[in-house]
Amino acid sequence: MDYGFTQLQTEIAQLARELAEKKLKPLRAKADHDEKLPMEVVEEYRASNLFGLWLPEQYGGTGGGVTDLALAIEELSKACGGLALPIATSALGGMPAFMWATAEQREKWIPALASGEKLFAFALTEAEAGSDATALKTTAVLEGDHYVVNGSKHFISTGEVADVYTVAVTTNPKRGARGITLLLIEKGTPGFTFGKKEEKLGIRANTTYELVFQDCKVPVANRLGGEGMGLLAVQETFDYSRPGVAAQALGIAEGALNETIPYLRTRKQFGQPVSSFQAIQHKLADLATKVEAGRALVYSLTLAMDKDYLKAVENALASGASVHDELKKLKTRRWTKESAMSKLFCSDTAMEVASECINLCGGIAYMRDFPVEKYMRDAKITQIYEGTNHIQRNEIAAALIKEYAAG
Amino acid sequence: MHIIVCVKQTPAGENVSVDQNTGCIIRSGESALNPFDEFAIEEAVRVKEKTPGSKVTAVTMGPPQAEAVLREAVARGCDGGVHVCGREFAGSDTWATSYALSQAVKKLSENDPSVLVFCGKQTNDSDTGHIGPQMAQWLGWPGAAFVRKLEAVDGKSVRVQRLMEDGYDVVEMPLPAVLSVIKEINTPRIASLKGRLASKKAQFPKWSAAELGCDPAKLGLDGSPTSVVRCFTPPQRASNTVKIQGETAADKARNLSAALKEAKIL
Ligand SMILES: Cc1cc2nc3c(=O)[nH]c(=O)nc-3n(C[C@H](O)[C@H](O)[C@H](O)COP(=O)(O)OP(=O)(O)OC[C@H]3O[C@@H](n4cnc5c(N)ncnc54)[C@H](O)[C@@H]3O)c2cc1C
Ligand SMILES: Cc1cc2nc3c(=O)[nH]c(=O)nc-3n(C[C@H](O)[C@H](O)[C@H](O)COP(=O)(O)OP(=O)(O)OC[C@H]3O[C@@H](n4cnc5c(N)ncnc54)[C@H](O)[C@@H]3O)c2cc1C
Repeated sequence: MDYGFTQLQTEIAQLARELAEKKLKPLRAKADHDEKLPMEVVEEYRASNLFGLWLPEQYGGTGGGVTDLALAIEELSKACGGLALPIATSALGGMPAFMWATAEQREKWIPALASGEKLFAFALTEAEAGSDATALKTTAVLEGDHYVVNGSKHFISTGEVADVYTVAVTTNPKRGARGITLLLIEKGTPGFTFGKKEEKLGIRANTTYELVFQDCKVPVANRLGGEGMGLLAVQETFDYSRPGVAAQALGIAEGALNETIPYLRTRKQFGQPVSSFQAIQHKLADLATKVEAGRALVYSLTLAMDKDYLKAVENALASGASVHDELKKLKTRRWTKESAMSKLFCSDTAMEVASECINLCGGIAYMRDFPVEKYMRDAKITQIYEGTNHIQRNEIAAALIKEYAAG
Repeated sequence: MHIIVCVKQTPAGENVSVDQNTGCIIRSGESALNPFDEFAIEEAVRVKEKTPGSKVTAVTMGPPQAEAVLREAVARGCDGGVHVCGREFAGSDTWATSYALSQAVKKLSENDPSVLVFCGKQTNDSDTGHIGPQMAQWLGWPGAAFVRKLEAVDGKSVRVQRLMEDGYDVVEMPLPAVLSVIKEINTPRIASLKGRLASKKAQFPKWSAAELGCDPAKLGLDGSPTSVVRCFTPPQRASNTVKIQGETAADKARNLSAALKEAKIL
């Protein structure tokens, strides 16, 4: 369904659909098998201008917002949730960079982010700090005009491939959550290396790495916002990035249905197509209804968010302030509850749809050479990253209780 | 360098069928860019990307609605396009079409010798593969057809691989030149978002025969030496398939290698 997309957004969806069909589908099985991100996919995304969907034209983007990004991620994920990731993770790492950057930092970092010349990634999670990000232990000690970073991050998506990492460190361990700071750290910086490459259940077409920092010198100029502002920046980023995970989940669910329904129409048992059994039809109807409900939630949210986001971006470009500072002036600058709802609902839907698609197709769908089982493996991650669904429920409930307490 | 790519609007679909009784092309109604021209555009854009200061102009000859393929060419990375359009061109065969197109190329190159023209190998409707070589003839420029690879190109010359039945030739020629490319030459990209946006805004000049300085006698039916007597789909060529038999996979492999040796392929 079209939720009132602009012509540009429709064009983005069309382009991403073509890319998914022509470029991702032929590569997905091998990328999944080899657990490798084929760089030609990144090249295609660059050439198609998909890295700058949510960034202003002034920096080489196409001037859209979260809707533009979500539409692309949804369409690409229909072919492969893993191959779609470089766009999503570059946005996840890039969002705090863009929203918290000073005008000067924007000039330095954003053109390469928008063109995709440099892929960004986001590094928050540590071995001891998962759902509780405030427990992170990677330290950054100020020495003159640079920080010295020590510690490690794990489970970092598009790790090793990405060029710039938005890393959450503590600049003041005593202050806990208020000691967290974001630094941009470039691949190749002395003292920054890659550790373990994870072997995964799903999204195997994306690399997941450990990042290791040993006396890694990072210029103070690479700090986003002030010291101690990191956690707020991360939370604000999740407001804008979780609908992207929701869109990935929806794409995976739709992709699974796209493979399943044609098969059910041709598979005959008891002398008739399996799709003619009412039990099968009703299941399909329920699954498709949930997917459309998810789309309605995601796109009504992103279209609403974009109104403020685009206003804040416009104001920031005019005033020279950060996008975050301009967002603060707007009433509806935070979307934590709705954003968590979108990820919660769509990821659970994706898992249900992908798993039911296997049931619907039967044994063939359990086999690796039939494209359905992969959707189930890929769906799982959407319930975990950018906060597990327990955490999403916590956030939704916390917001609810706060609303009711306020009366 | 000015890179010019010739594109044609043809009925959508890889293979166009001909009505056996009337000899006419069965048109589904949907039109599209000739599939082979996607490769010509892609190669033209790649040369542009490798050659600073160059630009790509698409040229089409066809009725007003053919403008759509110029838009598609811009979406795929061309900088602009011109539309050779007018009643005076109607009824042209390949000789008259290539004359008109060569006049457009002349006008675009304006005595600048640094010009490289790309055509597709053939179209999916008339299917002759004449246009590229005929344009080279009209222009008096060197040309090559069945180009499968551009080995080197600069503002002065181009070196290409031309597919032959028994291998390939390496041909080097000075610019200006005309190349017809085959689909092995590249994998066309998906039109980028910025390309799509630019294509919506693009304006294409329409060039008439007068503007091109064409000799009216060389255009349309009068300028077309060919006459269509009858159109038919030739019967499918019988393929000489030999099935290699054998008990086990090893037997089959042995028999296959024996058969290949006998045929002097191995
Ligand atoms: C493939 C993959 C890619 C990833 N990519 C990135 C990345 O790019 N960048 C990055 O920073 N991180 C990334 N992560 C990390 C991811 O965000 C974390 O795995 C996730 O936040 C959960 O943390 P954890 O794994 O440490 O689980 P834990 O926090 O140890 O949770 C264990 C269990 O306890 C539950 N739980 C924890 N706290 C509560 C609570 N308060 N209430 C109820 N239940 C609770 C959790 O829901 C879960 O079920 C990635 C993870 C994976 C698997
Ligand atoms: C005998 C004969 C009579 C014909 N009579 C008529 C007629 O009465 N009315 C009519 O409308 N058509 C007629 N045609 C069709 C028309 O002449 C051809 O479509 C045209 O000459 C192009 O030839 P082709 O399609 O075989 O192109 P090919 O030579 O197969 O095409 C090779 C390449 O040349 C370029 N190219 C081809 N055509 C164009 C174009 N129009 N603009 C830009 N680039 C191009 C493309 O790059 C293409 O990939 C006739 C064709 C023949 C053979």
